[in-house]
Amino acid sequence: MSLRSTLATMVRVLQTLRRDPRTVALLVGVPALLVALFKWVFNDQPIVFNHLGVVLMGIFPMMSMFLVSSVTMLRERSSGTLERLMTTPVHKADLLFGYGAAFAIIALVQAGVVGFVGFVLLNLTIQGSVVLVLVVALLNALLGMSLGLLLSAFAQTEFQAIQFFPAVLVPQLILCGILVPRSMMATTLQFVADVLPLSYAYDALSHVSAGDNVDRALLVDFAVLSGVIIAALCLGAVTLRRRTP
Amino acid sequence: MTGSIVSARDVLVIRGDHRALDGITVDIPRGGVTGIIGPSGGGKSTLMRCIVGVQRIQRGHIDVLGMPAGVSALRRKVAYTTQAPSVYKDLSVRENLRYFARILGVDRTRVEAVIESVQLTDYANSIVGRLSGGQLTRASLAVALLGEAELLVLDEPTVGLDPLLRRDLWQQFHELAQSGVTLLVSSHVMDEADRCDRLILVREGRIVAADTVDGIRQRTGQSDIEDAFIALIEREEVNP
Repeated sequence: MSLRSTLATMVRVLQTLRRDPRTVALLVGVPALLVALFKWVFNDQPIVFNHLGVVLMGIFPMMSMFLVSSVTMLRERSSGTLERLMTTPVHKADLLFGYGAAFAIIALVQAGVVGFVGFVLLNLTIQGSVVLVLVVALLNALLGMSLGLLLSAFAQTEFQAIQFFPAVLVPQLILCGILVPRSMMATTLQFVADVLPLSYAYDALSHVSAGDNVDRALLVDFAVLSGVIIAALCLGAVTLRRRTP
Repeated sequence: MTGSIVSARDVLVIRGDHRALDGITVDIPRGGVTGIIGPSGGGKSTLMRCIVGVQRIQRGHIDVLGMPAGVSALRRKVAYTTQAPSVYKDLSVRENLRYFARILGVDRTRVEAVIESVQLTDYANSIVGRLSGGQLTRASLAVALLGEAELLVLDEPTVGLDPLLRRDLWQQFHELAQSGVTLLVSSHVMDEADRCDRLILVREGRIVAADTVDGIRQRTGQSDIEDAFIALIEREEVNP
């Protein structure tokens, strides 16, 4: 692994995004607009808005990063640039961590903007720490990114890559507890929900918004999310083959 | 095996349900421009992918510069361009080259020298996706020139280009060869065979012939390379 190649890859991914200002505007602006829409919809129910607003603030970054990273990696695979890179001294981990670092920067900007809009402009109030919400949002963004990078290996076209979104993320959204508390679901569904990473993201966000302190339960959520991110990145590295059939 | 920069022994590659390379054995001598010529789908790209070490091989063995193809020690000595120009379309020519330069550990003065050598100085800040086909090919070629590799493997670098540009590119290939680089250039256009020093004729996953251009002419008694190719295929079919 080389820091130079990792940083070079990070800069290259950011340069690519800079050339596509519309995508950047959508990445940064859409979550903030959606939170504003929620504020409007739940105008008379500030308690509901305070709860859902925080949860969505933490989950939007995951969705957008999933889509952007899977399409970016798919383009790398299909354009021949990945094949060329595989004939150079670059290490597979340099590529994935370079991608990770670039998207983490975008995710920070995204979380900052949505946080500013939510907490400052829309008077979203939570019992807990705003910083912790942003940390969870960042972890979620990285989770979306690592899943997107991994799943791009199973897509041959951009259409397929985008269809992984409803296939992989929507079931997690349904089961994570945001619609119905997980304790009220059928036992089988609870078991399924317990192995899905978004459930831990949701728990962490509810925990933080309810104002509970940093305790063991929250640390477990953080550990599970971090573990899934690293596992998905490692699996992603396995799918980047120097030799292909 | 001195003198051979590539030495392939009984290489079998199965892609899908057909034999992309059907147990080929070939030696490619060091130096000059060797053309890998043959119809589309005949195995040219697969052979090149084997040489640069990105093709999974079912059987056989390939040595490049005396080492097994694809080992990490070769990644600075062999440079490769894929058939579709493998550069980032959203970046400028200079940004593309700087990225690959950093990966190869090459300094920025080399980037500028390479841009000049492919005559893209006026387009250095142009976004690659907006370049013409010929400029795009040269941008992709420039990346391969960055590391001053000993072996350049160029997959169909002149396809679909303007005749003048093709001539210029071939001239550049020969200049590189004179500077001591070995070039492997594939093409499905027969008239490009005349521009090579040596030829490897590939068809249906087999090597039909591997020889100097004059050698192939003499063996077949044909002055035209396309006629020579046909004569060789017919001979093989009579006497497989």
